Amino acid sequence: MPTVGHDRLRKEGPQKLTGTALYVDDIPVKGIWHGVTVRSSVAHAKIKGIRFLKGFPWRQAVVVTAKDIPGENCVHLIEDDQPLLADGITRHALEPVALIAHPDRATAYNALNFVEINYEPLPSVLDFEKSKKILKTFSIKKGDAKKAMKKAWKKVDTTFRVPHQEQAYIENNGMMAWFEPDGTLVLQGSLQCPYYIVKAMKPIFKLPEEKIRVIQAVTGGGFGGKEEYPNIISGHAALLAKKAKRPIKMIYDRHEDMSATTKRHPAVIKHKAGIDKKGRLVALDIDIVMDAGAYVTLSPVVLSRGILHASGPYECPNVNIHASIVQTNTPPNGAYRGFGAPQTLFAAELQWEKLADASKIDAVKLRERNLVKIGSELSTGQILKESVGLKKCVDTVLKRSRFTALRRDHDKWNKKKTSPTWRGVGFASVHHGSGFTGNGEVFLKSKASVTLTKSGRFVIETASSEIGQGSMSTLCQIVSDALGVPYEWVELEANDTSRVPDSGPTVASRTCMIVGGLLYRAAKQLKAAIEEKAKKIPTTPAVLKEVAKKLAGKKSVFRITTEYEKPADIEFDDTTYKGDAYGSYGYAAIAVDLEVDRTTYEIKLNKIWTAQDIGKAINPLIVEGQIIGGTTQALGWAVFEKPIYKNGVMQNAEFTNYIIPTALDTPPMDVVIIEEPYSRGPFGAKGVGEMPMDIPAPAVCAAIKQATGLFFPEIPVTPEMIAAGIARKG
Amino acid sequence: MKLLTARDEREALRLYKRYPEALPLAGGTDLMVGWNTGRLNGKTILDLSRLKDWARIRETPMGVWIGALATHTAIRVHPAVKSRFPLLAESSETIGGRQIQNQGTLGGNIANASPAGDTFPALAVYEAKIHTVSDAGRRVVPFSEIFAGVKQTTLQKGELIEGVELTTPSTEPCRQGFRKVGTRAAQAISKTVFAGLLWLNKDRTVDDIRLALGSVATSVRRLEHIETSLTGQKLDPKAITRALNLLSRDIHPIDDIRSTRDYRMLVSRNLITSFLNAR
Repeated sequence: MPTVGHDRLRKEGPQKLTGTALYVDDIPVKGIWHGVTVRSSVAHAKIKGIRFLKGFPWRQAVVVTAKDIPGENCVHLIEDDQPLLADGITRHALEPVALIAHPDRATAYNALNFVEINYEPLPSVLDFEKSKKILKTFSIKKGDAKKAMKKAWKKVDTTFRVPHQEQAYIENNGMMAWFEPDGTLVLQGSLQCPYYIVKAMKPIFKLPEEKIRVIQAVTGGGFGGKEEYPNIISGHAALLAKKAKRPIKMIYDRHEDMSATTKRHPAVIKHKAGIDKKGRLVALDIDIVMDAGAYVTLSPVVLSRGILHASGPYECPNVNIHASIVQTNTPPNGAYRGFGAPQTLFAAELQWEKLADASKIDAVKLRERNLVKIGSELSTGQILKESVGLKKCVDTVLKRSRFTALRRDHDKWNKKKTSPTWRGVGFASVHHGSGFTGNGEVFLKSKASVTLTKSGRFVIETASSEIGQGSMSTLCQIVSDALGVPYEWVELEANDTSRVPDSGPTVASRTCMIVGGLLYRAAKQLKAAIEEKAKKIPTTPAVLKEVAKKLAGKKSVFRITTEYEKPADIEFDDTTYKGDAYGSYGYAAIAVDLEVDRTTYEIKLNKIWTAQDIGKAINPLIVEGQIIGGTTQALGWAVFEKPIYKNGVMQNAEFTNYIIPTALDTPPMDVVIIEEPYSRGPFGAKGVGEMPMDIPAPAVCAAIKQATGLFFPEIPVTPEMIAAGIARKG
Repeated sequence: MKLLTARDEREALRLYKRYPEALPLAGGTDLMVGWNTGRLNGKTILDLSRLKDWARIRETPMGVWIGALATHTAIRVHPAVKSRFPLLAESSETIGGRQIQNQGTLGGNIANASPAGDTFPALAVYEAKIHTVSDAGRRVVPFSEIFAGVKQTTLQKGELIEGVELTTPSTEPCRQGFRKVGTRAAQAISKTVFAGLLWLNKDRTVDDIRLALGSVATSVRRLEHIETSLTGQKLDPKAITRALNLLSRDIHPIDDIRSTRDYRMLVSRNLITSFLNAR
C-alpha cells in the first residue's frame, strides 16, 4: 500500500511521547564534567586581563582560555573572522572569553562569580542603522527602475522595520565532547548539521576529518538556531575535554541560550513601488539593510535569500534592489526559519496596502493583477517553467475566508459606536525558494544512501537531522514507496558522521525535496537491482533476506549512494545575480482575522485561513503541523516578540518577558495544502518548512490597518503602539 | 540550598523562629524560578506543604475563610468563592496557566508581594483580612496594610500567613468588575489589573464604591481619590471625567520591560470608565 500522501506514525513519535527519547542532557556518561562559559560583559573593548579570584577551589576545576587552543582560534564558516574564544579583544557583549569545567554543575556555575575581566573600552556601534561597516552587498537589476518609477501612475515610498527574533526551541543548546583512546574527537548533542561541526573542528584541533565524529542526540527543535551555533559550543566542550582529559557536557540554561546565541537578523527596508493605471507593478526600487551582529557567520547567505525574495511573487519588469549587511557590536545573528525572506517579504507584501491607498484599488485586487504564473520572469530573470500554484492558493484563501464579505462586515462593525472592538482582516501571498540559494546545492554535492542489509532490512543513511519537523517519517515514506515495500520495513541509520554520508545541512526547506530526491533515486536503483535478482520486489521478509544475501555477496550490506547532480537547465550567476536562483518555489496565501479591544488595545487573533502549494504532501499531517507551527511563530513575531537590548545585552532573555504565543493566543487555522507537483522533487514535493514563517506578519499589519486605521510598517505591533497611535489620531 | 520540611504548624513556627532568614515555600511557582536561575544558592527554604489544614477553604457565617495554602485552582472552583466573591475567582483564573494555578497558593501570592499580583485588586476591594501566626501569637492585618513596597510585606520575623478572611458586604454590590491586561492570553504578568465594586442608591447616586488597580504602583492599592470624588455623585459623564482627572494621584505607573507609563495610564483610565459606564 502506498504511504506517500498518507499520515503515517512518526518513526520517533513513541519514544518522544513516552519520555524514553534521550536528549543530550539525559544521556548518562560516566565521569563527565560540566562546562560553563565565561563571557564578556561589554560590547567592545580590549581585554587587559582575566583574573581568577580567591575563594573558589580552582584546583578542582579546569580552565581554558584562547592560549589552550591547539590549532586556529576561529569558528570556521563563510569567513573565519569569529574567534572561538575572544583573545585580547571582545567585539560584542556575552562573547566567550574562557571556559571552566568542574565535576559538579552548580559549582561550575558558581565559578563564574570568581572570574574578573579587566577591559579598556573601545567605541561601539549598537544601532545597525548607524553602522558604516558593511560586510557584504548584493544587487539585482532588471529593466530601468528609475525611468519606470518616474512614469508610474501611482508610487509609494515606505520604510519598513523588523526586529530580532529568538528561535525559542524547547530544548536549549547542549553538547558533549570526549576524546577516544585513538585520538578521535567525539561530539554528541543537540544540532542540525553534523558535518558543519566536523568541518569547524578540523582547524581548531588540527585533526583530519576521519578523526572527528559527530552524533546527533534527540533534538528538541532547531529552527535554524542549531545550524551554526553548535560549532561554537562543540569547540568549547572539546577544548575542555582535551584539557580535562575526560568527557565534558555543556548545557546552556535558557537565559544564556537566549542572550548569547544567534537570532533572526533585524532589517530596515526602504521600499519604493510604482504601478500603472491598470494596477500593474511597473517599478520596484528597494534598499535592504540587515544587522549581522559582531561577526559574519551566515549573514551573507541570509542577505542573499532576502534580496532574492524582496520583489515578492509578482511580475515586475523594472527592478532595482540593493542589499547590504552591516556589522554592530552585538551578539551575531544567524539562521532562523525563513532565513532573510520573512524580512523582505514583510515589506513586499505590506506595501500593497500603501499602493491600495494611493490608487483606491483594493490591495488584493492589485495583487491579483500581478501574481506570477508559469512563464513569468522573476527579478533575476528566472523564468518559471512549472509548479506555480500561487493563484490556486490565493483563490482558495479568498473563497474559504469569504474575504470580501468579511471585510465589508468588519467595516460595518467598526462604524458602530457600541462595538467593544475594532475588527480587521488582512491578506498576504508569498513565494519561497526551496533548497539552497543559487549554486549552493552544486557546491554542497550532497550524498545519501539506501542500503539493504544481509538480514533483509532497508536502512536510509543520511546526515539529515530530525529536529521535530518529521523528516524521519517523510524520508522513510519516500523510500518505502520508491521501493514498493511497507513503510515499516524502512529504517533510518543513526545520524552519526561515522555511519552516514554528508547529505548537507538540515536547513533551507531542502531535506524533503533535495535529500528526499537523492533517496528516491537511490531507492529506485536499489529496486532495479533487487528486481534483477528476484524478478519482483519480495513481499515477505524471508524472501527479502534471500535476495539480500545474494546482493550483498561478501559484504554485510548492499548500498546504493546517490549524489546531487545539477539539472542541466538550471543556471545561476553568483556574480551578477542573474538566472535560476532556486530550482523551484513554494507558494502561499493567508488571511488573518483579528480584533483590537477598544478599552485595552489588546489584539486578539481570531482565525487564520492559509493555502500553501508545496508540490506534494508526503505526509499531510506532518505538513499541516509545519504550517500551523510556522504560522504561530510568525504571529509571535508580528504581535509579541521583541528582544529588548541595553548596551548590546538582551534584557528580556527569559520567557517571562520575551513573549511567545501560548496555545490560548493561537487562533484556529484553516489549512489547505495545494499540490502543484515539481518534476524534480520526490513525488513532486517542494519545500514546506520555512514558507509558513514568511507570510503572516504583513497580513497581521494589514488587518490591524483595517481595524484601527493605523498603518504600522514595523513589528511587533503592540497594544502600546496602537494606544499611542489612537491618541495621536485624537 | 538547605531545605527544612515542617510536619505541622507548631514545627513550622519553631523552625521559622530558629531560621528567620528562611524562605517559606508555599507552592513554589515563584520560588522555583529563582531556584532555576541560581538566585537561591546557599539559601534556606522552609517547606510548608505538609500543613494540610492550611489548604482549606470554608464558608463561614460572615463570608469565606481561605487557608494560605489553598491553590488558585481550589479558589477558582469553590462554590462559595464563586458566588460571594466572584472577582477573586475570576482573578485566580487569570494567574499563569492551569499548571501554575494547580500549584500556586493565595498565601504564597500575598507573601511574594509582587506589584503585579493578579488577586490583589480583588482582595483590596473585598477588604480582605490577612491572618498571621508566629511563635509569639496571632495577628489580623487589613489587606491595605500588608505591603510595604515592591516584594516587601509588613510581616514580622518568624511570622507566616495562615489564611485570608473575606467578609461578605452587608448589601450586595450592584456591579462587580475585574479585568486583567497581560502580555498575552496566559502565562502573563499583568501590565495593569483592575477590580471594582459599586453600590448605587435608588436615585442612581453612588452609595459606595471600591476600586483597585495593580501593576501601576509599588503595590496594589485602592483608588482613594477617585472613590471619594464619586461617592454621593450621580454617575454622569461630568462626574466620571472629574473623578478620572484624579487618577494620577492614585496610581504611579512606570515604563518597564512589559509596558509603558502612558499605556498603563490610558488603559487604567479606560478600564475604570468602562466599569463606571457598565460596558
